[in-house]
Amino acid sequence: MNTVYTKVEQIVGNVITVNASDVGYRELAQVTSTLGTSLAQVIRLEGGRVFLQVFAGSRGIATDAQVRFLGHPMQVPFSEALLGRIFTGSGVPRDAGPTLDHGMIEIAGPSVNPSKRIIPRRMVRTGIPMIDVFNTLVESQKLPIFSVAGEPYNPLLARIALQAEVDVIVLGGMGLKHDDYLFFRDTLEQQGSLSRTVMFVHTASDPVVECLMVPDLALAVAEKFALEKKRVLVLLTDMTNFSDALKEIAITMEQIPSNRGYPGDLYSQLAARYEKAVDFDAAGSITILAVTTMPGDDVTHPVPDNTGYITEGQFYLRNGRIEPFGSLSRLKQFVNGRTRDDHRTLMNVMIQIYAACKESREKRSMGFRMSAWDKKLLDYGDKFESGMMDLTVNIPLEQALELGWRILADCFEPAETGISTKLIDKFWPKGDRTQAPAATPAPVPVAAATR
Amino acid sequence: MNVHHGRVVGVNGNLVTAEFEQPVKQNEVTYVCIGDLRLKSELIRIRGRYAEMQVFEDTSGLRAGDAVEFTGELLSAELGPGLLGQVYDGLQNPLPQLAEECGFFLQRGRYLPALDRTRKWSFTPVATNGATVRSGDTLGTIPEGIFQHRVMVPFGLAGPLTVASIAHAGEVTVESVVARLRDAAGEERDVRVMQRWPVKVPIRAYQERLRPSEPLITKVRIVDTFFPVARGGTYCIPGPFGAGKTVLQQITSRNADVDIVIVAACGERAGEVVETLREFPELTDPRTGRSLMERTLIICNTSSMPVAAREASVYLGVTVAEYYRQMGLNVLLLADSTSRWAQALREVSGRLEEIPGEEAFPAYLESVIAAFYERGGVVRLRDGATGSVTIGGTVSPAGAKFEEPVTQATLKVVGAFHGLSRERSDARRYPAIHPLESWSKYASVVPSADVEHGRRMLRRGNDVGQMMKVVGEEGTSLDDFVVFLAAEYLDASYLQQDAYHDVDAATPAERQAHVYARIHGILRTPMKFPDKDAARRFFQRLTQATNDWNRTPWASPEFAAAERKIDAMVGEVAAVQVKQ
Ligand SMILES: Nc1ncnc2c1ncn2[C@@H]1O[C@H](COP(=O)(O)OP(=O)(O)OP(=O)(O)O)[C@@H](O)[C@H]1O
Ligand SMILES: [Mg+2]
Repeated sequence: MNTVYTKVEQIVGNVITVNASDVGYRELAQVTSTLGTSLAQVIRLEGGRVFLQVFAGSRGIATDAQVRFLGHPMQVPFSEALLGRIFTGSGVPRDAGPTLDHGMIEIAGPSVNPSKRIIPRRMVRTGIPMIDVFNTLVESQKLPIFSVAGEPYNPLLARIALQAEVDVIVLGGMGLKHDDYLFFRDTLEQQGSLSRTVMFVHTASDPVVECLMVPDLALAVAEKFALEKKRVLVLLTDMTNFSDALKEIAITMEQIPSNRGYPGDLYSQLAARYEKAVDFDAAGSITILAVTTMPGDDVTHPVPDNTGYITEGQFYLRNGRIEPFGSLSRLKQFVNGRTRDDHRTLMNVMIQIYAACKESREKRSMGFRMSAWDKKLLDYGDKFESGMMDLTVNIPLEQALELGWRILADCFEPAETGISTKLIDKFWPKGDRTQAPAATPAPVPVAAATR
Repeated sequence: MNVHHGRVVGVNGNLVTAEFEQPVKQNEVTYVCIGDLRLKSELIRIRGRYAEMQVFEDTSGLRAGDAVEFTGELLSAELGPGLLGQVYDGLQNPLPQLAEECGFFLQRGRYLPALDRTRKWSFTPVATNGATVRSGDTLGTIPEGIFQHRVMVPFGLAGPLTVASIAHAGEVTVESVVARLRDAAGEERDVRVMQRWPVKVPIRAYQERLRPSEPLITKVRIVDTFFPVARGGTYCIPGPFGAGKTVLQQITSRNADVDIVIVAACGERAGEVVETLREFPELTDPRTGRSLMERTLIICNTSSMPVAAREASVYLGVTVAEYYRQMGLNVLLLADSTSRWAQALREVSGRLEEIPGEEAFPAYLESVIAAFYERGGVVRLRDGATGSVTIGGTVSPAGAKFEEPVTQATLKVVGAFHGLSRERSDARRYPAIHPLESWSKYASVVPSADVEHGRRMLRRGNDVGQMMKVVGEEGTSLDDFVVFLAAEYLDASYLQQDAYHDVDAATPAERQAHVYARIHGILRTPMKFPDKDAARRFFQRLTQATNDWNRTPWASPEFAAAERKIDAMVGEVAAVQVKQ
């Protein structure tokens, strides 16, 4: 089986071709060239020819490079020893720790039988009112943060990860800036969370093929932990880089692109990863929080577009805030009926009034006269933005609901909100304008980059 | 045809090329073997000595030289009692039973019979010895839940046949022989309870096709009144992500006035199917008082399941629909989303290196979509009964642009278009069907002149709204402003509907006729207001009152009281009374 082949027939992009027999589709090989040894994966069999995608890229590969087939597809070690460790997209340690080579599991395994899934029912608390109150994150949800470059999406991810009550965090970094990688590592370490974290990191300077492996490595490990009844949070940043890697490879393979250069199977490729999010019947769960940067702030760009069709909602990060419009948690109704009986009403009413405020702002900007009602709305908008939307606010759901009532009471008469008398009687703040509850500082300061 | 073998020579994703020696058949089922694993595939192109197959499973580990088994049979569905209430994958494997065997994960190469071979059914003969029958005629019946399931002469048998023998009443399994039929040449063959039918071939064992004329009540007001669907008709729901396509199909699958609903979840989220899967057994069907699951079949080939089986899943759905139509039943097939199937076609086409059409979709996309929707229809069976297959498909347009190929190809062939708009879903105006862009060729549950008037109101209201954005409220005349408010009122109190409210979620046809007549009457009432604020306040109160009315049980005292309240409110502002 371990015959070594030493005649490379063709090198195009990162794909080399050798004539070989008894090679399995998707099998791994080691390719040794002047620049060292790299893993490669079989991506096509044609007649006696075998096409291999070289993880480290084809630079420096000689026509007499050694190609040794390993007889198995891509694997990753799995054990408790993974916790606290950091690996590359080839599964090689990036930290000073030892190489792990026992308990190997295959990546990109089969999908869960839909009849073994259950309807999710646990909320993931983040301390961020725009999430907890308005777009509640639910265990087993798959949800991307849609963002333009320059927004603080990585600090936001780190913050959610640190505050979420999960057993294991798996971070998959794709095309990560080296600084961002260090930021994640140091932040998790400072907050004492590194010991429950596994990181697979591909940085912007690493070979592009390794970028493609990151989600599969991260999710295979997550799946194993979940089967051991762990609640796992997977962070994937940035899925646009992953998609761009797919694009690059599809084009070198001369595939016909479907849309702006992206391959026709972009949807299926993304779905295969996101659908790993699951709440197992009688075991743990996988929640996926991803980042999708939107080139040109364009949500119809193929990457955010295909992502939106796959995920269970999205958070729009804009100007350092999670936008109430466009952001959506499609699973929120599974949990927000059981938090507090004012949760749903407050969630709807506060957004509706905020929408009315936006209209008033628009009218104002066009020079139309502001009525007394308009002025109330404008006042409300400012209070809502600073009290609730600001990402420095870090309070538990219950306090956020209290704060919501207080903002309403500061701006309106009860009847003006359209809230039912029953809830008004129970929750409308008595007394006059009280102080907002003190917030605990966020574990990770999330501030908009200055531009 | 005998099973014979070939050898794998190429693997490119799920496209496998094999060399063969004996004759092969286009679209036959083949099995690609990795050791003991046999992966189901379909032959999709033949070139010289080479057969190209799309494998319905992950092809990892496949090697050149591996065996390929040619079966000679087209991809077929098992048809018989026991289909209802099932949850199948796109290849008709029962998923709960697979889970019992394999646990949490789907295992490639594991296939189970679609119909339970051991379950006992009670058979009653209908045909008599010596009778002349043709394909599709009833030989006997079997009670299946709330239906009389017909055991029919196999659809593939040609010409008049004579019943040589027929089984007595008694217990049978799906594999029991219940009749022997003799053809003109004197040759006899056994007929079993279950038959198999190739999914890509329409079942045509009927007298004639009729024009769809009866409305299919979905209990969604904007649909039944403004953009109706007919029994035996076809419709599509294109819309950007998150606009409400799936929710609309979910409520339709619950409330639609049909005998059987087939839900084909094609390349979408597994979680959404789980909702149906877990909730339907708990819900009662108001028509029968039995569990909704008894009239439902779920076919579930979600986005991370094998891409090639997406196509099989929609064809399986429509084949089962046609089968029950042959029993004189009205069947609704809901496919979510047809775009995922089109994308699967595109993936295969790309691997075959076919010349691509627009957005790299294959050139035959249009004809494939057209042929699929053509399988909807009302038919008169040979015994005079009618049955229907209605098809509703969602479309997920890339970039939310309806100009893209899948939406356009679908619009050419369907009878109704429910276009969802991002604007409306952002404004939480659910269901987000766009009232000015959508259309239907079928008849409404309310008189068409009244619907037309409503449409005109909506259009005028929209025009005024557009104008107001430029000139502001100040620059708009009171009359125009009232038109705007009236259109908004129609929208808020009739077009919008709360999918999560027990009563409001489902409005039966009579109630729609009654409520629409009242609202239409209000829209035609000349009204007089001192100023715009007064007009706005009036319509806000009226909207509130009508929404309350929508939430009262039909024909209850509360319903009548709420209606009187609305009448009184309108009376106060009617222009005739203010005159004095
Ligand atoms: N009729 C409705 N009433 C209330 N909320 C709705 C309604 N329709 C949709 N929604 C809201 O919108 C969300 C998305 O709806 P849905 O899943 O039907 O979208 P979709 O069009 O199928 O999207 P995709 O193309 O991504 O599958 C739902 O989770 C729900 O929160
Ligand atoms: Mg959907």
